[in-house]
Amino acid sequence: MIRCLAALAAAALLASGCATTGGAPDPRDPWEGGNRAIFEFNDGLDRALIRPTAEAYRFVTPQIVRTGVTNFFGNLQDIWIGTNQLLQGKIELWVNDWARVLFNTTFGLGGVLDIASEMRLEKHDEDFGQTLAVWGAPFGPYVVLPVFGPSSVRDTAGFAVDFYMYPTFWILRNARPEHWVSWRNSLAGLAFVNSRANALAVTDVLEQAALDRYAYVRSAFFQRRLNQIYDGNPPPAPRSAAPGIPTKAAAQLLELLDAVDGGRADAGGPASRETFEPRVPMNYDAVLAAANRPAQLVAKAGEADRQEP
Amino acid sequence: MQRFLFALAVLLFAPFANAQEIAPDALVKSVSQEVLEIIRKDRDIQSGNTRKTIDLVETKVLPHFDFVRMTALAMGPNWRRATPDQQKVLTDQFRVLLVRTYSTALSSYKNHTIDYKPLRAQPGDTDVVVKSEVKQPGQQAVTIDYSMEKTAASWKVYDVAVGGVSLVTTYRDTFTNEVRQGGIDGLIKSLNEKNRQLETAEKK
Repeated sequence: MIRCLAALAAAALLASGCATTGGAPDPRDPWEGGNRAIFEFNDGLDRALIRPTAEAYRFVTPQIVRTGVTNFFGNLQDIWIGTNQLLQGKIELWVNDWARVLFNTTFGLGGVLDIASEMRLEKHDEDFGQTLAVWGAPFGPYVVLPVFGPSSVRDTAGFAVDFYMYPTFWILRNARPEHWVSWRNSLAGLAFVNSRANALAVTDVLEQAALDRYAYVRSAFFQRRLNQIYDGNPPPAPRSAAPGIPTKAAAQLLELLDAVDGGRADAGGPASRETFEPRVPMNYDAVLAAANRPAQLVAKAGEADRQEP
Repeated sequence: MQRFLFALAVLLFAPFANAQEIAPDALVKSVSQEVLEIIRKDRDIQSGNTRKTIDLVETKVLPHFDFVRMTALAMGPNWRRATPDQQKVLTDQFRVLLVRTYSTALSSYKNHTIDYKPLRAQPGDTDVVVKSEVKQPGQQAVTIDYSMEKTAASWKVYDVAVGGVSLVTTYRDTFTNEVRQGGIDGLIKSLNEKNRQLETAEKK
């Protein structure tokens, strides 16, 4: 493993000369080969079976039915979502989410109507993977799960717990009579198809937008998860949203880091986003030494800014 | 005649002078409301006329985007390694791709309502984030955040984040990969191919 890393580092240093080695390694995705294979498999399965089923479902059901189905499963999920709020210490949101369940189950006719949203009890998005993150677990390597798609080691563990705690299964797990089992399976199938149908608009856009869908989905996954973990307010991304720093000067500094660190200390790059910590390049001293020539750097950056169109 | 020309000039340029004064959040709001209004009325667009949707985006939405900045941010450090010619081609191709993508996304949002959050910014700020939420029945709202910069002419969007996923960041990861594999020309080739592929798919 270490030798492999060393080889990767060497490859990065020789960046331009090493174009034949195929995909560049993303530090978040050490199992890219296997992940890509599963991604392809999922894609094939989706094209052949899941997507057509979801499209047919969307075609035969009116919007109001699909909304009802979404609300129904959403209501069941809210129980577990609320529990996760509690596990994360967000008492107010826990009360909010369980109040949602209370109102939607009763006045919302078993959850088919989302009365609570109209009462300004907002719906939230939590799962056990997020709870693990709040407790301090890092992402771990990127994992593409068969059928279920993008995840990470942490979120796979979270997903296993979610799956176990998901009320559809939770309520019916110990059901004795055989027909309960088939009912449960149908429910699970409906939940799956319904959520795929809800995602059709997103995947249509993805299909058009991405040069390399695998890389696009991976990048989107990490950003989306971070956003969810921080409830919509993640720490600002280092490069694109750093106010006050002139773009060109920042670019210059990055280029410097890039040169010193062989392209691996890319601020805003994968490693820094994964750990939410200030990025420390591997050869920090060399970078400091380089950065200790501020006059030169500022002059260079100023020049660059003047050239900006 | 001269007076007429002068009046014409004033009429023509008045909107631009005004544009400078429009606050970024008001700008985003008015543009998206206008565009959604047109979509809701236009049967052709609703039935999937891509050409017409793209025209709409080109005329109404594009003038408010800073594509050079977007491309530069998506390229990261590689931007400065590209020649001015390469930078121009990259910007053009990226623009074509984004317009098409945005048009697709737009037509799927026609039935949803959009909420705009109060802008959190100081009067002197030149770089702000305008936050909005698309409400969907039965689902958690999807946030759409526009990163905007004040330019000489007006406020311009340089990044859009949907549900916390930034367009620029997502493309940066892909672009870095592509450049590492095939250089800047390799990336240009991939963008070209992608755009051509989408165009043929549209004609079918």
